[in-house]
Amino acid sequence: MYFLGVDIGSSSSKAAIIDENKNILARVARNIGTGTNGPAIVTAEALEQAGITQDQIKFTVATGYGRVTHTQADKQITEISCHGKGVAHLIPGARTVIDIGGQDAKVIRLTEQGNVDNFVMNEKCAAGTGRFLEVMARILNCSLDDLSDLAKESTEEVEISNTCTVFAESEVISQLSQGTERADVAMGANDAITSRVAGLARRIGITPVVVMTGGVAKNESVVRCMAQHIGYDITVAPDPQTVGAVGAALFALESFNKK
Amino acid sequence: MEQKEKLSSKQMLNDLMADHYQSALDAKANGEIVAWATSIAPQELLTTMGIKVVYPENQAAAIGARKEAQKFIDDSEGRGYSVDLCSYARVNFGYANLKKSESQDIPMPDFIYSCSNICHTVLKWYENLAKELNIPLIIFDLPFNHTYDVQDHAAKYMKGQIEEAIKKLEQITKRKFDHDKFKEVMEQSNKTSQMWKDATMVAKAKPSPLNGFDLFNYMAAIVTNRGTKAGYEVFKRWKEELEEKAAAGLGPWKPGEEEKFRVMWDGIACWPYLGTTYKGLKNNGINMVTSTYPDSWTILYDNGDIEGMAKAYSAIYCNSNLQNGVDRITRIVDEYSLDGIVFHSNRSCKLLDFRQFEQQRQIEEKTGVATVLFDGDQTDPRAFSSEQYNTRIQAFLERLEIKKEERRKG
Repeated sequence: MYFLGVDIGSSSSKAAIIDENKNILARVARNIGTGTNGPAIVTAEALEQAGITQDQIKFTVATGYGRVTHTQADKQITEISCHGKGVAHLIPGARTVIDIGGQDAKVIRLTEQGNVDNFVMNEKCAAGTGRFLEVMARILNCSLDDLSDLAKESTEEVEISNTCTVFAESEVISQLSQGTERADVAMGANDAITSRVAGLARRIGITPVVVMTGGVAKNESVVRCMAQHIGYDITVAPDPQTVGAVGAALFALESFNKK
Repeated sequence: MEQKEKLSSKQMLNDLMADHYQSALDAKANGEIVAWATSIAPQELLTTMGIKVVYPENQAAAIGARKEAQKFIDDSEGRGYSVDLCSYARVNFGYANLKKSESQDIPMPDFIYSCSNICHTVLKWYENLAKELNIPLIIFDLPFNHTYDVQDHAAKYMKGQIEEAIKKLEQITKRKFDHDKFKEVMEQSNKTSQMWKDATMVAKAKPSPLNGFDLFNYMAAIVTNRGTKAGYEVFKRWKEELEEKAAAGLGPWKPGEEEKFRVMWDGIACWPYLGTTYKGLKNNGINMVTSTYPDSWTILYDNGDIEGMAKAYSAIYCNSNLQNGVDRITRIVDEYSLDGIVFHSNRSCKLLDFRQFEQQRQIEEKTGVATVLFDGDQTDPRAFSSEQYNTRIQAFLERLEIKKEERRKG
């Protein structure tokens, strides 16, 4: 018996498949989000990776912003619960989850049993989200994946003080035109996003072990910055982008067993 | 009379509000003096003098709910008012300029009557109106209560302002203030306040016969008719209806729609998205049972005691410190058997937002109930995202379900 979790975000789609013993058989992420054929693509790829066919899936849970329109799913569960679930399974003992996605950032507090105890999300604003880094990467003329390496070359501290992504964009353009090094600006961008999210984390209270999930967790320099801001070591979940999908698949198994 | 008894409270409410606005418009047309007042001002003085009064906040809420706010907001912003200002103020400035609304018209004022117990923005908002319109201004300055209870010196300060306001009203109307009538109005105001409170308290029943979004409708009557017998009658009828429903074990919605969770709403309604905010909760079986509103208009004092009246106006939720607010909501959680609290982080309302994070933290710690906070605005339609609201409410629901399961298991 197999269970599918599909996480449809604003800028990427993810899928995971597990069996009845919670073994993870497939994890796939593609950078096309809700409103596209992203969910269909990742589902097909996950099935292929697991070596099974759609009819062998007993239950599907959809999560993420596109969950409501994903009518193929048997159930919809929010990304807050799914990220919590995924982390609790992958990293037993985790108590705080920091997830930075395309259009929101959230901090989730887990109970000792791994249930969601509380959560906070960014305000209706791109500050502190993956979108902020996308905008920064564009101005710095590098890919999102290269932003981390670029920041590693930074030698001088640059502060990006604007919270608003649009204002920060003009602030950075002004910095670059004054001759500030790209690497320093990249580091400044990482610092800006992490200080914003660290503020959210402190609001809810931070208990170790702290785990980061979401695509932004692949950026090593952001993770290092975040650890400095919150004053705790950070464990990056394996394949952080698909943790929500794994959580959704685990909920699919639970829901099936309850039926 | 017999026939009137048969009217539902909703019909009575609609009639009352239609009459409230029409009689003010008529009064203006007949050359009578009309006032604009803040929502929890000492209306007793105006009612005693028989002065027609309308409440711009109430009108702004109606304009917001009928999705007409943007027009007025655009007008005021176009004339230089900042987007960071309270959106009620921006709607009102827009209306004061355009003077015409599809939702609800009000007569232009002959004087301004403003009380700072609800927030300190109103001090400058209403002063600005008086200056722009070149009309008299009566201000009640009620210092914020940094102490737990209202201090005597603050009550005395307020009492002095009430006495001064009476003199100003005599000058404006060129009529004598009738102190015997004043006592009658005080008595009626206390009765109406108490009946409003009593009606809203029926929601303590499980399931609650009250769908809390109705509270937002009936609120129009307590804002505009706190000093009238007609207001009292609406709440009396409403209370009877709720009690009948409670006795029959009926919940807030249609039969078959179960009240699974009971929550409180903190802050002003999100008027342009009443439907979205309501359905987001109701579709998940979450009933908003109460809010901090019932107490805010429960202005009670001994008849004839002006200092006591001053204290009652000063002591309201908005004008009280963090600890007082936390304790009040903690009591509400207990008295109304709540499972959670929805906090509206309202871009307009700096006063309430300023303390909201800490209030949320302390209340969660004290009561153990789940809470959720969402971003929105009372009337500016640009500051709310339905998707973000629904995701937060669903995650809130998932927490409520876990907590319920834990309670069931003991």
